[in-house]
Amino acid sequence: MKPPVWLWIPASGAILVVVLPLLGLLSSVDVGSLWPLLTSEASVTALLLSLRTSLAATALCIVLGAPLALLLARGSWRGQSTLRALVLVPLVLPPVVGGLALLTTFGRRGLIGEHLVAAGLSISYSTTAVVLAQTFVALPFLVLSLEGAVRGLDRRQEEAAATLGASPWRRLTRVTLPLVAPGLLSGSVLAFARALGEFGATLTFAGSAQGRTRTLPLEIYLQREVDPDAAIALSLVLVVLATVIVGSVYARTTRAAA
Amino acid sequence: MSLQVRARWAERGLDVDLDLPPGRHAVTGPNGAGKSSLLAILAGLARADDSRVVLDGRPLDDLPPHRRRVVLMSQAGQLFPHLDVRDNVAFGPRSHGRGRRESRAAAEHWLDVVGMSDFADRRPSRLSGGQAARVALARALAAEPDALLLDEPLAALDVEATPAMRAVLSRVTHEREDLVVVLVTHDVLDVLTVADGPTDTLTVLGQQVEHGPVRQVLEHPRSDFTAGLAGLNLLRAEATPGGGAIAGDLDIATGPHEVAGPCWVTFTPDAVSLHHDHPEGSPRNVWQGRVSRVEAHAGRVRVWLETPFAMSAEVTPAALAALPLRPGDTVWVSVKASQVRVHPAAVS
Repeated sequence: MKPPVWLWIPASGAILVVVLPLLGLLSSVDVGSLWPLLTSEASVTALLLSLRTSLAATALCIVLGAPLALLLARGSWRGQSTLRALVLVPLVLPPVVGGLALLTTFGRRGLIGEHLVAAGLSISYSTTAVVLAQTFVALPFLVLSLEGAVRGLDRRQEEAAATLGASPWRRLTRVTLPLVAPGLLSGSVLAFARALGEFGATLTFAGSAQGRTRTLPLEIYLQREVDPDAAIALSLVLVVLATVIVGSVYARTTRAAA
Repeated sequence: MSLQVRARWAERGLDVDLDLPPGRHAVTGPNGAGKSSLLAILAGLARADDSRVVLDGRPLDDLPPHRRRVVLMSQAGQLFPHLDVRDNVAFGPRSHGRGRRESRAAAEHWLDVVGMSDFADRRPSRLSGGQAARVALARALAAEPDALLLDEPLAALDVEATPAMRAVLSRVTHEREDLVVVLVTHDVLDVLTVADGPTDTLTVLGQQVEHGPVRQVLEHPRSDFTAGLAGLNLLRAEATPGGGAIAGDLDIATGPHEVAGPCWVTFTPDAVSLHHDHPEGSPRNVWQGRVSRVEAHAGRVRVWLETPFAMSAEVTPAALAALPLRPGDTVWVSVKASQVRVHPAAVS
């Protein structure tokens, strides 16, 4: 069954809203100066810092988020739905507010930061702060994807494994995780993409120190004032990365559905 | 090895108290009678309101599923899609701490037993339903259970695959004498071909649980369900290659079949016609019989007969009016050859 043909009229509007700005960006790229702009020291430093922190944040999301997703998906316990709602908050929260929340908690005079400083640890305005801010905003993506994958699993697979003698740990590592691997992968890729694009929370909580906390989005915002061509060139890098990431995840999920 | 279970689970309509010796035990009953729930309780996958399960003197109630040595093979088989057939079967031995090589050797052995050695390197997605069922059975046996629970292992198979799988099931469950097998099924043929030993039992779950030796439960039905289950006419016979079967000195015309040796000959009660005089016409099974009992059942009339063997016929009230039958009356009975089916029986 095909939907009514006239739906194409509003749908083309939607396509234009997404594609036109991208085309606009592409059209203002100065191809001749692209390479020198991208290879300038500030650009390379920002790009490398972004990749490093985003990978670290993704790893943190997997290590902390995967167990949470498994617990949320299975069993029923007190506070389960409340906790699920809480985990989703960063998804709808303005990133600046998230950054403020992190600052008032881990900042020098924050709830926990105060004690950390006393112990000789200062998180705010450091690379650690960047990773923490990125993890904060990216975590819901991983938890949501993985929880959905685990819920979609036929529970009888795990029951079969159990009666065959598999301990809970063996069931998790040999049955559950291999079966939800596609969900874990797409969740990780989305979390990485979200971390890579993170701006507001990072600026608020970590500041913009070159080589330490100035990630690619921050560098772009800064360059926009002084050298718009450089900002556009760097934006192009993020557009290409985002397209590749979304393309790879989307191709996987549509193939799995077919 | 023996299995005692006492379970009460109001929500699932289950209330049983069974003592099962080693051997094969069929469990059946109408939908919602708690057949699968009983297996889930035995396997430790569900908790009843009140239950006590003892296997070989070992109370299981406080043990998690993986420590019970009770393997459940469900209807869909539930092979792991990310493992090939060999590693699926080796999963049980590996879970019990066996080495990789030893587990694979065990897997090869059990695949050979169910006749699936040639498929060891395949992924489950490339198996037919019948093949997957055999692999699931091999996987269950390779886990060396003390009790094997089979939840309608034949229900999902197509008509061609069923007899072969039934024969494999019957063979392998007879090979380990100390194993307690609990088979949930809807099909009386599964009951007869698998639970055919002297100590084997049939349990019919429902409002009133019927339990005992298979023959006894089937011959003295105490519920409509059991009466219906037992209603299928069946006869132990020797299949004649190419068609037909012989039971004692009775030569039975059957539909075409490829069975040789011991078999069950079956036909439904409504395939039986009753006549006043010796019927004429196409090649049929024609016997003279005596009416032993007549019962009305939901618009149909069931007539129990003593022909050379006991059988029942189902006729319409109109047919009964045209052919008055009372217990003790003599009638001619005919069954079309095409309505008579032949199923391989276990060699015991």
